[in-house]
Amino acid sequence: MKAFNIHITGVGGQGIGLLSQALLRGIDHAGIKVIAVDTHGLAQRGGAVVSQIRCGDNIHSPLIMKNYADLVLGMEIHEAMRGLGTALRKGGTLVFLDVSWQPLPVRLGLKSALTSTDIQNACEAFGTTAIKVDTRSMEDTRMQNMALLGTIAKHGIIPGVSNKNYITALEDLLTGEMLSKNTAIFDAYAI
Amino acid sequence: MKNLGDLLIDKNPFDEILMGNQAIVRAMIETNTKVVASYPGSPTPEIATAIQSIPFEKRPFYFEFSVNEKVATELAFGAAINGNLSCAFFKSVGLNVALDTFVQLGLMNIIGGMVIVLGDDPGANSSQNEQDNRNIYKMSRVTVLEPASPKEIYEYYKHAAAFAVKEQTIVVVRLTTHVCHARQKISFKKLKATKPCQTNFNQKNGPYIALTTMALDMKRESIKKLHQAGQYMKDAGLNRELNSDTSQKKGVITSGLTYLSVLDVLENSHYRPDILKLGAVNPLEKGCIISFLKAHDEILILEELDDILEIQIKSMAYDSRLATKIIGKTDDEDYVGEYTPDKVMDKMNLVWPDMIIDRRKTFVLPVEVPDRPAQMCPGCGHRSAFFAIKKVLEDEDVTVADIGCHTLGYMPPYNIGEILMCMGASTGMASGLSLFNDKKRVVAFLGDSTFFHAGLPGLINTIFNNHNITLIIMENGTTAMTGHQDHAGSKIPIESLLKGLGIENILSCDTYNQSKLSDMVKTSLQIKGISVVIAKHPCMLKFTRLQQKKPDFVQKHITINQETCTKTHECVERFGCPTFIRNSDESVDINLDLCIGDGSCRPSCPEQAIDFEKGVK
Repeated sequence: MKAFNIHITGVGGQGIGLLSQALLRGIDHAGIKVIAVDTHGLAQRGGAVVSQIRCGDNIHSPLIMKNYADLVLGMEIHEAMRGLGTALRKGGTLVFLDVSWQPLPVRLGLKSALTSTDIQNACEAFGTTAIKVDTRSMEDTRMQNMALLGTIAKHGIIPGVSNKNYITALEDLLTGEMLSKNTAIFDAYAI
Repeated sequence: MKNLGDLLIDKNPFDEILMGNQAIVRAMIETNTKVVASYPGSPTPEIATAIQSIPFEKRPFYFEFSVNEKVATELAFGAAINGNLSCAFFKSVGLNVALDTFVQLGLMNIIGGMVIVLGDDPGANSSQNEQDNRNIYKMSRVTVLEPASPKEIYEYYKHAAAFAVKEQTIVVVRLTTHVCHARQKISFKKLKATKPCQTNFNQKNGPYIALTTMALDMKRESIKKLHQAGQYMKDAGLNRELNSDTSQKKGVITSGLTYLSVLDVLENSHYRPDILKLGAVNPLEKGCIISFLKAHDEILILEELDDILEIQIKSMAYDSRLATKIIGKTDDEDYVGEYTPDKVMDKMNLVWPDMIIDRRKTFVLPVEVPDRPAQMCPGCGHRSAFFAIKKVLEDEDVTVADIGCHTLGYMPPYNIGEILMCMGASTGMASGLSLFNDKKRVVAFLGDSTFFHAGLPGLINTIFNNHNITLIIMENGTTAMTGHQDHAGSKIPIESLLKGLGIENILSCDTYNQSKLSDMVKTSLQIKGISVVIAKHPCMLKFTRLQQKKPDFVQKHITINQETCTKTHECVERFGCPTFIRNSDESVDINLDLCIGDGSCRPSCPEQAIDFEKGVK
């Protein structure tokens, strides 16, 4: 399989770790070679966090070159836009949550907040596909990462990975009520 | 997947996707490592998390968080001269703390063997510098292995342990941030029978006292051991050549994660150079390097940070009178930052433009994306402290920070902590700043874990030499920045220790009591000599995570009364909790995903427009 690069971005505390692990394991269950890396420096302190996953043949470093990602997953609008600028390749796909956690300069009144419209305009200019995932009806926002995972499954964005592979990955990572709640959200967005 | 702890002690072989920092724990168990010690620091704290995922009663070795890296190294050494294979692990700058002990280890006959796992941080992702610790290894005469991937971490630790046991010496496994944190599938071997723990210290195994002429004899022995290391690494095949099928006579010498960057870059190339990948970076295996140089007309050395390989390889070429062109660092920027695939692409493109195909196309965004610096968490007691302290500081007062979550106080809106050096440095620097200084008051900050780690000597010096500073100890009851590891403060109350040191002016309060804290700091600033304020509040990230695990947990929030709010923005601009949302009409809302309902923001509002949600307290 041709190399496929995934750049996941969000804010510390949003549950990027579980999403990254579910993708990593889902791809592995599909029998595809995969490597990943988290860059979490001061992640727990509200900074930007990035996780990178590379799969397919002829992949070596877990770090993706600039604008070489086939898929950017944004868990937050500002970080999705940053990922679009630094990571996505021309013709790639951006899947993002319509969620805003304002960065410090915005809260201090020094910079303007971005909106999902800004992202859609930028994607249009860049000739890339943008998929906005709406989670406003979700009761427990800590499971928004499952909405992203479900959306990826629904659109078959990662070649060769089936819905069942993702479910098996979730079964690796979660148990009991957490598993059933998360898979329910995954299913809702995957269909 | 089984739970990590059960997996790591599984007697049978298994395949699993693990992080480098997790895989190394299996290697510790397979090699019968008996004692492991650490002080937490990125990029290595997940090694400790993996160890602690094994229940204490099932853990096949002794593990502790020592009070600092130096003590961790000494503890591992002590256990090793009792006959146990031991390990200490810590972050890059941790080696500076451990150095006094570390430089002696190469001289010692360590009968059980000892491995130090060191997490260097090229790119300074979570450190105060990106020091290249390979500079130290020559001075200390230690063998150093450098893995490129989680799989190699697992394998190289086992090589390091085997050599350390065989030669009764110390070996360093040098990791870097993105090798520690990479994940891949690894085939783990079965566990062999465990060996019993030893208490076999005998001075006859030494000498263990490096004094006068003894020190020179011990140095001679350490040089011999290093020769043995070269042979062992050669036999183990840790340095390997990847030959291409071209006749270009070009070669790359590299190591660690940079090696993988090179392979990625070469996926898009007109032809490929041969590659010599070094797994043992100290001592260098002269034989394989000389033969690689001889076989090529041009050699490019790609190494992250300093020119350690380059200088040694050029010297080998000189001694062997080789005319091979050797290209190393050619620009100041070559010494800075990680050798990511991008950086290696740029460098190779510059050196061999006919070889590389650069398909990268950048995209200029139509809008600016605001930066997102790390900051204190919702409810953080440090925020309340800084908000209260700022009120009583004069503009000319000097604030000195230390390492920890409270370092983040330097950022707006607090701007407290104008100088930062390293662990425990604040009181010493503050004392120096206080000399000849009657106008500017000097305030030093220190976190509680750092207080025990390296803060005590500076504080004792302040008392001993009568320096005039106010010390504010930011006590949150844990080593928060690195993931909530326990520290000595859980057994030794800081206040009683301060009293024992004879400090007369000690005040203490919870930081949520902001007006009281302001008054205490104001009082302390008027005292000549050392005065201490202990600004306490438990780490709210740790506390909230524990609360959220309870079955009957209900998330509390605060609310803003939009009718009484006059948009002074004290909350969002001066208190600065990330929970606040600044709307385009300048009104302020609450981000319910972030708010933990602690209410520490309430005193910030001059209109009392912030309150707890109705019915919830």
